[in-house]
Amino acid sequence: MRTKDLSYWLFLAPVLLALTLVVIVPMLLGVYYSFTTWNGINTGEFVGFQNYIDLFHDQRFLDSLWFTTKFSVVSVILINVIGLSLALLVTGRVRSSKLLRTTFFMPNLIGGLILGFIWQFIFIKVFASVGEIIGMESLQGWLSTTDTGFWGLVILMSWQMAGYIMVIYIAYLEGMPKELLEASEIDGASSFQRFRFVVFPLVAPAFTVSMFLTLSNTFKLYDQNLSLTGGGPYNSTEMVAMEIFKTAFMQNAFAYAQAKAVIFFIIVAIIALVQVYLNKRKEVEM
Amino acid sequence: MKKKWNIKLEVLGVLLAILWLAPFYLMFVNSFKSKKEIFMDTISPPESWSFDNYIKAFEELDFMQTLFNSLLITVISVVLIILFSAMAAYALSRAKSKLSTVFFFTFVAAMLIPFQSVMIPLVTVFGKFDMLNRGGLIFMYIGFGASLSIFLYHGALNNIPRSLDEAATIDGANRWQVFWHIIFPILKPITVTVAILNIIWIWNDYLLPSLVINTPGSETIPLKMFFFFGEYTKQWHLALAGLTLAIVPVIIFYFFAQREIIKGVSDGAVK
Repeated sequence: MRTKDLSYWLFLAPVLLALTLVVIVPMLLGVYYSFTTWNGINTGEFVGFQNYIDLFHDQRFLDSLWFTTKFSVVSVILINVIGLSLALLVTGRVRSSKLLRTTFFMPNLIGGLILGFIWQFIFIKVFASVGEIIGMESLQGWLSTTDTGFWGLVILMSWQMAGYIMVIYIAYLEGMPKELLEASEIDGASSFQRFRFVVFPLVAPAFTVSMFLTLSNTFKLYDQNLSLTGGGPYNSTEMVAMEIFKTAFMQNAFAYAQAKAVIFFIIVAIIALVQVYLNKRKEVEM
Repeated sequence: MKKKWNIKLEVLGVLLAILWLAPFYLMFVNSFKSKKEIFMDTISPPESWSFDNYIKAFEELDFMQTLFNSLLITVISVVLIILFSAMAAYALSRAKSKLSTVFFFTFVAAMLIPFQSVMIPLVTVFGKFDMLNRGGLIFMYIGFGASLSIFLYHGALNNIPRSLDEAATIDGANRWQVFWHIIFPILKPITVTVAILNIIWIWNDYLLPSLVINTPGSETIPLKMFFFFGEYTKQWHLALAGLTLAIVPVIIFYFFAQREIIKGVSDGAVK
């Protein structure tokens, strides 16, 4: 097949059309609109960087950005530590391995919105009644403070995503040459030494993938945020995705929300590229 | 070396599994209780397994219709994503040129764009053309699903020798016949992966349907669940019955396809 052939273009046509109309055109239009006073109907006038200047003085936006960053850092670490531990557990000497994998992975099949609602019940009702039984008052009123709301989101996200990350680590652990492990065992390496010097370097490429996935998933989180805390109390657990949504569709500040969305895209792209670059470099060293 | 059985590890695993399932257990047992019983005790199984909450939730959710809507949108979208992405990846992998490289990288780069960055113009543009409906939603899913799918198909196609295409061409097959009868069947394992990754995502998607679907009666499960939940925030017994209903189809799917699902997810992430 050559690019001149009609068949080439016919094979590409459906996705080319869909991607152009759904991603590329809206992206370019979005960048353009972010420099205007667009209100969703009329383009309005061109205002240069005004929207961008405004958003750097927008405390609510900055707060959501900071909250998202904190949440992502804590979640990424926890999800990867738990995910790798689960992977080591189920690839270890256990008979219920298959059943365990199925169990740990299960939350990922259910939508974030629904998972958020389930945990809302647990944090509000179950935690309260457990707190009453064991006499821990601090378990009352979860999700009603900024701190507990933050940890609520972290717990939900770790519970959900650790199983997904586990599956990725398993793929690398099982692809590991068995002889290496056996040799190190015969040489008298302790299990910690085996993990540190044999297993760890070999699963390093899995970090690249799982860091990328956890980071982009936690940074772009919306559904779980919406159904667990709704951004409350007083917008203090509002993450960037939700803040942009509310700016656009509740305050009808379309151009301004779009400027935030462009900044959001730039941040996500920078994080993704830097992260992949750093991890790739680390892999080579090992 | 034969694997020795480690009982401590086994016990730890089972305890963790119980912890992992606890949220589902709590949802399930409380979905059978009355409002009062939930208030009294959230941990124990219900005094009686009454289906009253379920009957009410089933009706309120218009569950059969909602389930049908979700199935319809997911199945059509995933079938079209598979077909169109495989076709595009085939063209890109067989016609090696600068242009193909540019197209390929554009498709892959589109994965980096967070939905929020295109969301607002997307909705306003599609709104102008009266496309905020199920057809428009499926079209959007093709656009958003194509990137990863093309990426996966492209990798698999590069491992299929071109001599196969050439042999079929000499036998008189045209491009479409070569693709459809020779190549596409060979791609079956990767098609399963592409299907699973897209099914999970589209079935569970909330944000896009919430922006696109605005006619009562065509809501998908997550969308309906959102409105249902808002109405019943203080009536946990009904809300939990609704949540359990929403999860049942996923559990059935997982029960029958767990091997393919876990394999699909790990292949999708590793490749």
